[in-house]
Amino acid sequence: MIPISYSVRNLFSRKITTALTVLGIALVVFVFAAEMMLSSGLKKTLVATGSDDNVVVIRKASQTELTSILQRDQAEVVAAEPEIAQGTDGSPLLAKEIYVLINLPKRKNDETSNVVVRGVNAKSMELRPQVKLIAGRMWQAGLSEIIAGKSVAERFKGCGLGETVRFGARDWTVVGIFEAGATAFNSELWGDIDQMMSAFDRPVYSSLTFRIKDLALFESMKSRLESDPRLPLELKREKTYYAEQSRAMSSFIGIMGTVISIVFSLGAIVGAMITMYAAVANRTKEIGTLRSLGFSRFSILRTFLLESVIISLAGGILGLIAANFLGLVQVSTTNWDTFSEIAFNFSITPQIIYSSLIFAIIMGLVGGFLPAVRASRLKIVESLRAV
Amino acid sequence: MFVLKIIIRNTLRHKLRTALTILGLALAVMAFGLIRTFITAWYAGAEASAPDRLVTRNAVSIIFPLPLAYKEQIEKIEGIKQVTYATWFGGIYIDPQNFFANFAVDHNTFFRVFPEYIIPADQLEAFESERKAVIVGRKLADRFGWKMGDQIALIGTIFPGDWDFIIRGIYVGRDPSVDETAFMFHWDYIDETMRQTMPPRAGQVGWYALRINNPDRAAEISETIDARFDNSLAETLTETEKAFQLSFIQMAGTIIAGLQVVSGLIIGVILLVLANTMAMSARERTPEYAYLKTVGFRPFHLTGLIVGESLFIAGWGGLLGLGLLFAVSKPIGVAVSVFFPVFNIQPVTVLLSALAALLVGIAAALFPTFRAARMRIVDGLRVVE
Repeated sequence: MIPISYSVRNLFSRKITTALTVLGIALVVFVFAAEMMLSSGLKKTLVATGSDDNVVVIRKASQTELTSILQRDQAEVVAAEPEIAQGTDGSPLLAKEIYVLINLPKRKNDETSNVVVRGVNAKSMELRPQVKLIAGRMWQAGLSEIIAGKSVAERFKGCGLGETVRFGARDWTVVGIFEAGATAFNSELWGDIDQMMSAFDRPVYSSLTFRIKDLALFESMKSRLESDPRLPLELKREKTYYAEQSRAMSSFIGIMGTVISIVFSLGAIVGAMITMYAAVANRTKEIGTLRSLGFSRFSILRTFLLESVIISLAGGILGLIAANFLGLVQVSTTNWDTFSEIAFNFSITPQIIYSSLIFAIIMGLVGGFLPAVRASRLKIVESLRAV
Repeated sequence: MFVLKIIIRNTLRHKLRTALTILGLALAVMAFGLIRTFITAWYAGAEASAPDRLVTRNAVSIIFPLPLAYKEQIEKIEGIKQVTYATWFGGIYIDPQNFFANFAVDHNTFFRVFPEYIIPADQLEAFESERKAVIVGRKLADRFGWKMGDQIALIGTIFPGDWDFIIRGIYVGRDPSVDETAFMFHWDYIDETMRQTMPPRAGQVGWYALRINNPDRAAEISETIDARFDNSLAETLTETEKAFQLSFIQMAGTIIAGLQVVSGLIIGVILLVLANTMAMSARERTPEYAYLKTVGFRPFHLTGLIVGESLFIAGWGGLLGLGLLFAVSKPIGVAVSVFFPVFNIQPVTVLLSALAALLVGIAAALFPTFRAARMRIVDGLRVVE
């Protein structure tokens, strides 16, 4: 067998060509990984938004809280259900909420975007332990006060601590900032539900969220309530509900990313092919020598394939290192499922690293295959005669 | 002529390599063109908007409606030719995956304010006289195989329940930039149902579209309208149709920015492929360059040879790439018609792709040229392969 170091050292003897080819593959892997990191960052944020034992109730077929409407009497029926856990004060741990979108200008460029305003009650915080007040205080009932998620406070005009923001024909004072980790709540404004209902002239709820005593009760409760003719409602686990909100965007990024990556990779494969064909042509004499020393055709084939894979693997690693730095970048975009602005980070997972490297190796194998076959097929006498 | 001959002969010395390089370039140019076409496709809606149309919506955000009563008040404002209104319905056809735009419109006025939807007169008449009638775009009808007279059921998301419609008209766009995938029906249909089931939601419209007499007065008229409803329960925001459309496109702002970056990176890939080929060729020909110099050719002659060859390859790659782009854009356009109703290659895309190929041709030749021009004859002659 021809030693691996033979392949490696050959790469170093033509530094420019090797470097250019590695860079080409690195670019492709970078784009491939970045697209998956974007999609996984969005999913991760939305999945983290839901708590395991919380249940969301919305109107049947409404898909999101945005289009959902729950009448007061319907909400009362659900609120009386025995499966609902009790809060620290002994009353049901349940929040009837209203969810609307408002247009607000960004600090950066004055462009407006949709921001979620959630009318909440005293239980809303207890239901979502990940939401923590980090500055200021809680809103007071009966006043036009709101608390703002950290990323809204940073990005939108009038949403910082002590500032005022106008919507629903009123000025609202931001009295507190909350931090909710990497979740969708971080991109929301929260205020007293009674104030919101009158400001927006909406005497109905958007959704109901409660903690269930035991997750095992969920399925039976779901089928019982959903078959109740008085209640045109749908029950979802909060985790499922939020995970579903990444569907439109991540499937779009997925399709687009795959198409782009494939077309992109064709360019890099051709690049690798050119490099490997040149390597074969330049070393015809060497190949003849190796063959006459007794190395088999297969051995030659493997050596050239290996060389190509080393190039592509180096490109893959380089591309991943570059992509890894994207983890520091925060993206904010409108989530198409909810129509509202959401902030999240590129997020790398072992799965992405794994697929990126496989993708790189495949590029190397495909690009190196034909040149390697040519090398293995050279006739000893003719190749020794080559000038 | 003679130089051109040498250049062509040079490219033919390694036929496989040249062919692969052209292929690689062509694929990358095609990818570049595709990505640029995606970007322009986002803006198609805004580009198609008419300068003499304004849109009035609730100032809080698009999800809040406006009272129907505003129509008469807006009509009275001077400079306005015609007012119509529509409401986003957001219904689902069998499965959420089958997404298309569906909205309720004022059947009497809507198609007068939007003359770019071309509907045969008899179909329009049939649509106007039937409560459950719907007019659909040609592409949408093709997508689901709908024919005139078909019954279609949508599941309401914003407006609860199952809704039945009958196709009474199929429109085509006045020009290629018009979206042919919309589904438009009587606003009265949902309003009558709301009146019975949810009275507070009756008499509400999603937005008003207005035609004005003089596009130059758009800003002034917008201000007049918004001032009129200031401090009311539903304050308004009036903007040109283009600005209204752009506010939706902005929702994909991050993705568009990402695509712009990717289209830049793809030029990087083209450059790397071509630069690699040029560097390899120049390396092999080092002794030749030394001979040429010996017999009196100046550095600029060598520059001409190398840059010429690079441009020659880039030119073919670019041409082939554009050919491929036109060939694949049709099937891809069909595949993505759910997301992009209008998917056409714009002249500016062709221009940019050609420009990218040209720049890459020059840039790839820079390093070999530099080396060949600076090389000392003796060193060049000494090189042994």
